[in-house]
Amino acid sequence: MTKKKETIINVALIAGLLVILYIMEQLMNPTDMIFTVLKKGAIYALVAVSMNLLNGFTGLFSLGQAGFMLLGAYTYGILTIPTEQRESVYQYFDGGIVQFAVPVAIGILAAGVVAAIFAYLIGLPVLRLKSDYLAIATLGFAEIIRAVFQWDKLGPLTNGSNLLRSYPTFKSVLFPFIVSGICIAVIVMLINSTYGRAFKAIRDDEIAAEAMGINLAHHKRIAFTVSSFFAGISGALLAMYQTTIQASMFKSAMTYEILLIVVIGGIGSVTGSCISSFLFITCSEWILRFLDNDTYIGDFHVPLLRSGFRKVVFSIIIMIIVLFFRQGIMGTKEFSVAGIRNFFVRKSNKEKGRKLQ
Amino acid sequence: MSEHVLKVENATMQFGGVVAVDNMNIVVDKGEIVSLIGPNGAGKTTAFNVITGVYAPTNGAVYFNGKKIIENHPQGKMKKLYQGQNAGKYTHVLAPTPDKITQLGIARTFQNIRLFKSQTVFENILIAKHLRRTSNLFTATFHLNGKEEQKMREDATHLLEIVGLKDERNEMATSLPYGKQRRLEIARALATNPSLLLLDEPAAGMNPQETDELTAFIGEIRDNFGLTIFMIEHHMDLVMEISDRIYVLDFGKPIAEGVPEEIQNNQRVIDAYLGGAADE
Repeated sequence: MTKKKETIINVALIAGLLVILYIMEQLMNPTDMIFTVLKKGAIYALVAVSMNLLNGFTGLFSLGQAGFMLLGAYTYGILTIPTEQRESVYQYFDGGIVQFAVPVAIGILAAGVVAAIFAYLIGLPVLRLKSDYLAIATLGFAEIIRAVFQWDKLGPLTNGSNLLRSYPTFKSVLFPFIVSGICIAVIVMLINSTYGRAFKAIRDDEIAAEAMGINLAHHKRIAFTVSSFFAGISGALLAMYQTTIQASMFKSAMTYEILLIVVIGGIGSVTGSCISSFLFITCSEWILRFLDNDTYIGDFHVPLLRSGFRKVVFSIIIMIIVLFFRQGIMGTKEFSVAGIRNFFVRKSNKEKGRKLQ
Repeated sequence: MSEHVLKVENATMQFGGVVAVDNMNIVVDKGEIVSLIGPNGAGKTTAFNVITGVYAPTNGAVYFNGKKIIENHPQGKMKKLYQGQNAGKYTHVLAPTPDKITQLGIARTFQNIRLFKSQTVFENILIAKHLRRTSNLFTATFHLNGKEEQKMREDATHLLEIVGLKDERNEMATSLPYGKQRRLEIARALATNPSLLLLDEPAAGMNPQETDELTAFIGEIRDNFGLTIFMIEHHMDLVMEISDRIYVLDFGKPIAEGVPEEIQNNQRVIDAYLGGAADE
């Protein structure tokens, strides 16, 4: 199959998916659980892929994703709240200091840019660290950012520990799909470029990569900044989905959820991250909800089922995956039309071979 | 002076109180194959690491094509600890990272092969083409550098043909047999368009037949690519056959230098290193 043909098929598949989503939206009840899953799944897919770019493709174990999402969410909220609403949103801070509003598209872009700028600055000292130390430093950054944004003195900008609300949001499920889709496509293009190859070289062997003339500091900084840019955008999308922003939403538990998605999907597989993102959101928002509710069968109180038990189950799942299925769903492979075709062709060839024997 | 491709001048590398390389002077001229030999722990790989920027020397300088690329002098607590010579001679600090050295045109291979494990043979070569790129992050991501990308791929394909790995193009690098992995690592170094190639024990772990093939191969690439080669090696057959000159290192100190015949007959070298081999 030629590359061109493959691209055409992929584009057709994506267009088909969008049409199906559109039809679903016209026919089904908009409060149906499936739309929650699809919206949140698309947003998490983007942040998971951005995390995979770092952890899976460049080999940098970073846990700062929630911090960059927070930056993105706040940037979007602060910049897009309509001027007439500001008085009521910033009621304790005299309407805040930002007295203008930008269009949605610029707000989303600014969310990414602000996250990227912070990532660049933090990357200068932090990216000298390796593996676990890098993880601890980035995790610490995310926690500090969360605390700083709740600080009263920054109230005129961030509204302190109060909610940000009344900014433009989306209703249609198509919106997060299109934005995430474009962003993921850009990340995939980056991974397939000469820079992506350099990232993978750094992941495989830093010393050899450096001996091949790859500037480690420069390339790590690129990966970190680009990854944070897209985490910022997904933060803006999450803010739109939630309709309110509060710094306490972006706990480190959120980073662990994203890490769980990346690990389940396969570290180093973009499509794996996307698939597992929808899988994870389906489980956590829908199918496994019952784990959090006290349940009675007749008079019998089912043990263990209570608020928070879902998290225990997820912890056990991640342990099982790390211990026994380290490859995740996809490993480092990608889901593609050509791949499926090859799979079936090979299978039928094998069968032919068997018949001949 | 400018005719020397590589000139290592008074290089001393001291780790704490241990002097790994002591006042080493080496010159390599254009088109030569020069070998560095010596017993285990003599400081050969350390010398390579100094030249390629992995370590900044404690004292001394390195010149490449007449241009000073590395210079250092004892600093901080090393000032007191320093046991070498020429302590006051160097005053500047010039310590580029290994990627800058490769950029200048010095490529190397490693003693224990370091290929990119999750990549195919072709991709291993392609990665080495990254450093001569003219595209930036934006043009590369949005595939606006089609011509350059095509050129990279063509060059890499061409290189695979030259080194005889054309048929293994899409195999995983680590699935190759040992001899071919060595060959691939050399090819990958060649892909960075070097003028000086440093080989760290290219024949390590090879059987006699593979060693013969490698000997021919090294001669070939020197001629085809107009290279200068500086290598560390233990296989004396290989060293004596292809070296134009040989340096012998013992306990970090250069003890002899000369053409293969001189080295074979040098009493100090025989005592320190060749002795055992001569008895066989």
